[in-house]
Amino acid sequence: MNQTEAFYQRIEKALQNDQVRQNIRSAMNGLMQKRAEQFNDPEELSELREKARSIRHYSLAKQAELLEKLEQKLIENGIQVHWAETAQQANNIISTILKDAGAKTIVKGKSMVSEEIGLNDYLEQQQIEVLESDLGEFIIQLAKEPPSHIVAPAIHKNRQQIAKLFHHFFPELSYSEDVNELTLMARKILREKFEKADAGVSGVNFAVAETGTLCLVENEGNGRLSTTSPDLHIAITGIEKVVEKLSDIPGLLNMLTKSATGQTITTYFNMISRPRQPDEKDGPRAVHLVLLDNGRSRIRFDNDLLETLRCIRCGSCMNHCPVYVHVGGHAYGTTYPGPIGTVLEPQLAGINNIGALTSACSLCGACAEVCPVKIPLPKLINQLRAEAVNEHFSDKPVLGKGSLRKTPEVIAWSIWQKIYSNPFLYKTFSWFATSLNFLTPSKLGKWSKYRTVPKPAKKSLNQLAQENGFDYE
Amino acid sequence: MQLLRHEGVRVIFPKNQGCCGQPAFNSGYREQALPVARALSKCFPKELPIIVPSASCAGMIKHHWQELFAGQEDEQYVLDIASRTYELTEYLVNELRIKLTDLGEPIEIAVHSSCSAQREMKVDQHIKSLISQLDNVNIIEHQRKTECCGFGGTFMVKQADISGAMVKDKTDCLRETGATTVISQDCGCLMNIGGAFEKQMASGEKSMNTQHIAEFLWQRCYKE
Repeated sequence: MNQTEAFYQRIEKALQNDQVRQNIRSAMNGLMQKRAEQFNDPEELSELREKARSIRHYSLAKQAELLEKLEQKLIENGIQVHWAETAQQANNIISTILKDAGAKTIVKGKSMVSEEIGLNDYLEQQQIEVLESDLGEFIIQLAKEPPSHIVAPAIHKNRQQIAKLFHHFFPELSYSEDVNELTLMARKILREKFEKADAGVSGVNFAVAETGTLCLVENEGNGRLSTTSPDLHIAITGIEKVVEKLSDIPGLLNMLTKSATGQTITTYFNMISRPRQPDEKDGPRAVHLVLLDNGRSRIRFDNDLLETLRCIRCGSCMNHCPVYVHVGGHAYGTTYPGPIGTVLEPQLAGINNIGALTSACSLCGACAEVCPVKIPLPKLINQLRAEAVNEHFSDKPVLGKGSLRKTPEVIAWSIWQKIYSNPFLYKTFSWFATSLNFLTPSKLGKWSKYRTVPKPAKKSLNQLAQENGFDYE
Repeated sequence: MQLLRHEGVRVIFPKNQGCCGQPAFNSGYREQALPVARALSKCFPKELPIIVPSASCAGMIKHHWQELFAGQEDEQYVLDIASRTYELTEYLVNELRIKLTDLGEPIEIAVHSSCSAQREMKVDQHIKSLISQLDNVNIIEHQRKTECCGFGGTFMVKQADISGAMVKDKTDCLRETGATTVISQDCGCLMNIGGAFEKQMASGEKSMNTQHIAEFLWQRCYKE
């Protein structure tokens, strides 16, 4: 089965699941409303977005220099730095660090980059036990599902489904559908694991070059526990997360939390700058940072496509996407779903692997309107569509260019071009379409599954304009 | 055109006009889109305003032609065209400062603002300001009014099932208002929404009339 057929199958499955669609719709309504409440002054919002955009733009422009500085500062602070060009390398690095430390069980804070490299599966194959400590991630780990949203990974499940899941795995705990009780259950289970874990793994939201600080945004305290309770902490992040200085953080953090969950600030904001010092009583004895490329340098190489890398992973593009709302994150079949996934994933994995995602967009522009760093998502999606069907469209370093070009489509568009670029042919065509409008088929594939087929008017606009005495020149 | 003429505007209908090229442009087939867009661009050589009665086509000409024509000989010419292009309601309100008198019976309507009108051309406020001049017309706001109706040009064909789910939501929200008519400034959305209402009628659901703003204004304010 090719990628397009596989994508259609996932979409069909998603659209048939009314419960999940309802869960996602109601969750997205809530997130959109909370975000809107945070940004009630359009002028201020526009300034804040521009400021965040320019911080990210500057960071990307100076990325090489900033990464060098970051490495130097981290080493000074006692944090060990590792570079991974591919997912495989990153997995290897992490498992080697864990093995060298004799770590058998790890707790994880939420990290999309760890999803991107498939860390959990890799470590489990090496007989290392991995426990997700973010509530949402914990839920989907039990359900053996991937995240359906980058900020709220279990958003496709409602509390009844979660209650059943908990009851199945922890029958000793009494059944409850109460959100607070469910949270307390997870807390109890996780606390015991935190105490016993040999290592903690986390993501990074921003890596500050000036001070060698790793910033981690979270709401549950699980990030802080994962990064401070075990003796070993391994952080993993994409190389694009580097920013120049600490004073860049407020402008980004503010936009991240407001855009993501409508919070002025999250419950926890961790700034990790060094391992435990001799006079300190807690904290990990060793801290590592793994910096992952995995295709990011290739994206950054191009001035248009690099806009993709401004993303601060707030998820508001998916919250506002009418396609995401209907099909949910799993239909995309990728680590990053929604509009940012549609732009990022084909660039990371190649259009030949996952370019079909670009078809699932009506170019409505709702995502670009809310993006806190002003990524022109519809423009990039449309650009990737052009790359997908034309190998020679640009000299951009995109993988799998032209791989979705289909001869029947080329022929159809070429006929369309001939008719519509030639006034005589066009008028002849519209004369036939209008005069013979009774021949219009009443069924037209899936078009007519959801709506009737439009019938051409009896007369073309050309005819009407002339008959009604308009200047016709 | 009749409405503009009635307001004292000399309307020229360039006889060779075809399509702005958007369907191919949005499907990735820019090679094919370019000659079609160029053929249309040649219809507007005079220094005259170009009025487009659909926000999506207007957006293509005003905002995307420059991307399509980038590096071409006629790039500058196309920028000039963009600067002269107006969406119909934008022209009626900002340039013509039209004054309307409502001659129709009281009516409740819902207004569907297209994505292009809202986010690309940013002209969605004009349709409301035109209707607010009509004493007997009451706009009933519908839920999720900024959300796409699922048309999206070839999206509707390529992702028919998602598009179908989107237009189902849109028609449900519009129907909930209890209004009799949906007015829009975009022909694509109207074709999608109107067709969906017609289809749903077969399964016994209440339908609504769909009408373009130009036709609606013409019927209410000008026709005896």
